Amino acid sequence: MSAEMHDVVHRHPAPTGFIRKYIFSIDHKVIGIQYIMLALAAVLVGMTMSVLMRMNLSWPGTNWPILGTLFPGGAPNGVMSPEFYLSLVTMHGTIMVFFVLTTAPQGGFGNYFLPIQIGAEDMAFPYLNMLSFWVTLVGFIVILAAIFFSGSESTVGPIGGWTGYPPLSALANAGPGQGMGMNLWIISIAIFCVGSLLGALNFITTLLNMRTRGMSLMRMPLTCWAWFTTAVLALLSFPVLLGAGILLLLDRVAGTSFFIPGGLYLTGVLSGSSPNFPLHTGGSPILWQHLFWFFGHPEVYIAILPGMGATSHILSTFARKPVFGYRAMVFAIFAIGLLGFFVWGHHMFISGMSPYSAMTFSILTLSIGVPSAVKTFNWLGTLWGGRIQFTTAMLFAIGFVSLFVAGGITGLVLGQTSLDLPMHDTYFVTAHFHLVMGVASIFGMFAATYFWFPKMFGRLMNERLGKLHFWVTFVGVYCIFVPMHTMGIAGMPRRYAQFTEYEFLKSLHPLVVFVSIAAIFTVIVQLIFYFNLFWSIFKGKKADANPWGATTLEWITDSPPPHDNFAGVLPTVYRGPYEFAVPGAPNDFVMQTEPEPGEGDGGVGGNGHNGHKH
Amino acid sequence: MGRALAVIIWILTLGSVSLFFVKKWWFPTSISEHAPAIDRQFLLTIIVVGLSFTAAQIGLGYMVWKYGDRGQKDRAVYSHGSNRLEVIWTIVTAVIFIGLGIMGQSVWASLHFNKAPAGAFKVEVVAQQFQWNFHYTGKDGVLGRTDPGLIDDSALNFIGLDESDPNAKDDQTHSVIAIPQGQPVELILRSKDVTHNFWVPQLRFKQDLVPGMAISVHFTAVTPGKYELACAELCGQLHFKMRSYMLVLPPAEHQALMALPQEQFQARMTELLAKYPLPTYEQ
Repeated sequence: MSAEMHDVVHRHPAPTGFIRKYIFSIDHKVIGIQYIMLALAAVLVGMTMSVLMRMNLSWPGTNWPILGTLFPGGAPNGVMSPEFYLSLVTMHGTIMVFFVLTTAPQGGFGNYFLPIQIGAEDMAFPYLNMLSFWVTLVGFIVILAAIFFSGSESTVGPIGGWTGYPPLSALANAGPGQGMGMNLWIISIAIFCVGSLLGALNFITTLLNMRTRGMSLMRMPLTCWAWFTTAVLALLSFPVLLGAGILLLLDRVAGTSFFIPGGLYLTGVLSGSSPNFPLHTGGSPILWQHLFWFFGHPEVYIAILPGMGATSHILSTFARKPVFGYRAMVFAIFAIGLLGFFVWGHHMFISGMSPYSAMTFSILTLSIGVPSAVKTFNWLGTLWGGRIQFTTAMLFAIGFVSLFVAGGITGLVLGQTSLDLPMHDTYFVTAHFHLVMGVASIFGMFAATYFWFPKMFGRLMNERLGKLHFWVTFVGVYCIFVPMHTMGIAGMPRRYAQFTEYEFLKSLHPLVVFVSIAAIFTVIVQLIFYFNLFWSIFKGKKADANPWGATTLEWITDSPPPHDNFAGVLPTVYRGPYEFAVPGAPNDFVMQTEPEPGEGDGGVGGNGHNGHKH
Repeated sequence: MGRALAVIIWILTLGSVSLFFVKKWWFPTSISEHAPAIDRQFLLTIIVVGLSFTAAQIGLGYMVWKYGDRGQKDRAVYSHGSNRLEVIWTIVTAVIFIGLGIMGQSVWASLHFNKAPAGAFKVEVVAQQFQWNFHYTGKDGVLGRTDPGLIDDSALNFIGLDESDPNAKDDQTHSVIAIPQGQPVELILRSKDVTHNFWVPQLRFKQDLVPGMAISVHFTAVTPGKYELACAELCGQLHFKMRSYMLVLPPAEHQALMALPQEQFQARMTELLAKYPLPTYEQ
């Protein structure tokens, strides 16, 4: 690699045409923003669906004329049908998990900032990067199509939930929406897997090969460690989901029986006795669950690790203090990533899997709480003795810590086999994973947005609106998700279109209504964020290169950075990423590029990659 | 700002914890032999959870209360951490978390690592979309053969019972499960179509019914009464309506019921369903 090295400044010219600049761009920064825009669109869809679901749960049977107009199939006469509710459950989950929680943290912020933070001028494979975004976008279009082209009059999409358990998901006659809508759902997921794989390859290669001179692994910001580990998780888990999805599709369209056992009798028809229900035999529904959760559990960490990285980064910056226990944080990220592959069975304790496997998975699951707790302790340690500046980004990062604890800690309940007996598939689970995987991750992304916005757009977001957004959202999400735990303790099952059929659920109605009101209110408040974001792009206060007094490489270049990030001269790194409050230093922050006194040349590590080569 | 944030964090913490303390919305009263052990383990766990949650939030609130930037002249503490603290909190949390995990296996092991005890009352459960079918052995204690090819909805043979099998002669089927009080019960769980889940909140017990599998589980119910049985695994359009009842009957009453011939069995079930009210739930 070093043979071809030369120090001549060699700049990539920025593309000039609109299409190459903003649409089919190979610039990782543009692609990152495209991913973020995709997630912003997807989250609007997902949130709207959650509002519709809450309306139906709290006020079942109510006539909402607008629903009847928009979805004559799903809400005839404006009254939501159960299958429409279930298709909302499916679509909300799928869109949020894939097109929001995987797209924004990794594809969005990772794409934009990983190359800059390690001092590279782009991703290792810029065309591949462009391709991974466009593939992901196609996946999103297909999932939207699944809502509208379900091939059934009475519904608006597949009803199998985001986990798509067969045989419900494998048989077109298992319910309304399980026809073409379900096929499109699987195809969308498969497309998404391909996009994510391409992205993961790029992230891993870029981080390993393109670090600038002096950027040793242990000098990388924790964000880079998080994105790297996330990419490794994606590389190892998405192929499994892709494979499982293809097998499921074959079961549906090619008459195979990977997941469909023999002797099924569905809607009055025996398998093999009618052309509409061909013979299936020998498949295993549990096999799908193993494959799905082998992907699905690492996916939880794919969603939250970048938020953890951003939180560490932002807490340190605004506490004006080095990250407490940097090395322990890196090990904890690794431990979470590694253990994340050995705990998938905790989704399956009561699936019919061997009870001995369940016990093994259970104990491994509780072990994964340890690195999570270590991270929490280190975040508190980072704040301890700081000089905390309460910017909006900082508020959201602190909110992340609070919500990560609130959501993660109930894993201690759900991870135990015995306690899963009453808790499985109740609202306790819904509360747990929404808080930790949904809301905490999103708080990480809010923090990242407020923090990096000035770098991305050269302007600051409005802090007053940002703070209003934080306060209401923070209180709102607690009001939504904490009561769901007690609903679950009382036994309320997930994925019920109505709670009207059971006596034991009736006393929970006031809680259900409370949660819905809190949810609707919190969703409306998110409009402030959207307004602030788009208004600030054009009208925000101008930001200079380093508005927060931060130390890492993205803050040495212009806001927004030039096309090749560092205007042709790649930086040299001399120190760790979080050198705040260094005694004797002129400022309370020392940039990574600032040489140690007396040290002339670059430090150790990195790829010694200064300048350019082809 | 920091102090306001601290106060909000503490209020949210207090509110969250008190929701668990008041127990207004809580487990329904349990009726199975293993349930008290589950409830005890839950209580222990939720106390550990509550204390960890509260400690972390109080700590977080304290940090933002105390260490806000108020224009102090001196800088933040320049510290990169402490290996000693890392080791301590790693070990402490590992012991607590993994310890809880090991304790959490005992009820599970007692239910799942052993076969149903001899003399258990055996019922085959055959779930189908939005309907429960319970297959009783009759006096011979042996389940008759079933075959999906023999399913005939118009003849109400929902489980495909083979009438020609001698063991099937005295078998009964019903949409309600009636089990004896105080005697171990063995369920053989099957599904005709998609995955369902057998869930009676008072039992503190849940198990998937997976098509293509016959999953054997066992438990003992100790309190007579009528309880709602729910499906807890998404099974399609009317999943939310897939309700039935579980009757836990005093041994003599149960024995008498199971000895009845077909028509009287059905009529007696209807009587018993009317006789036992559902538990009252706090409104």
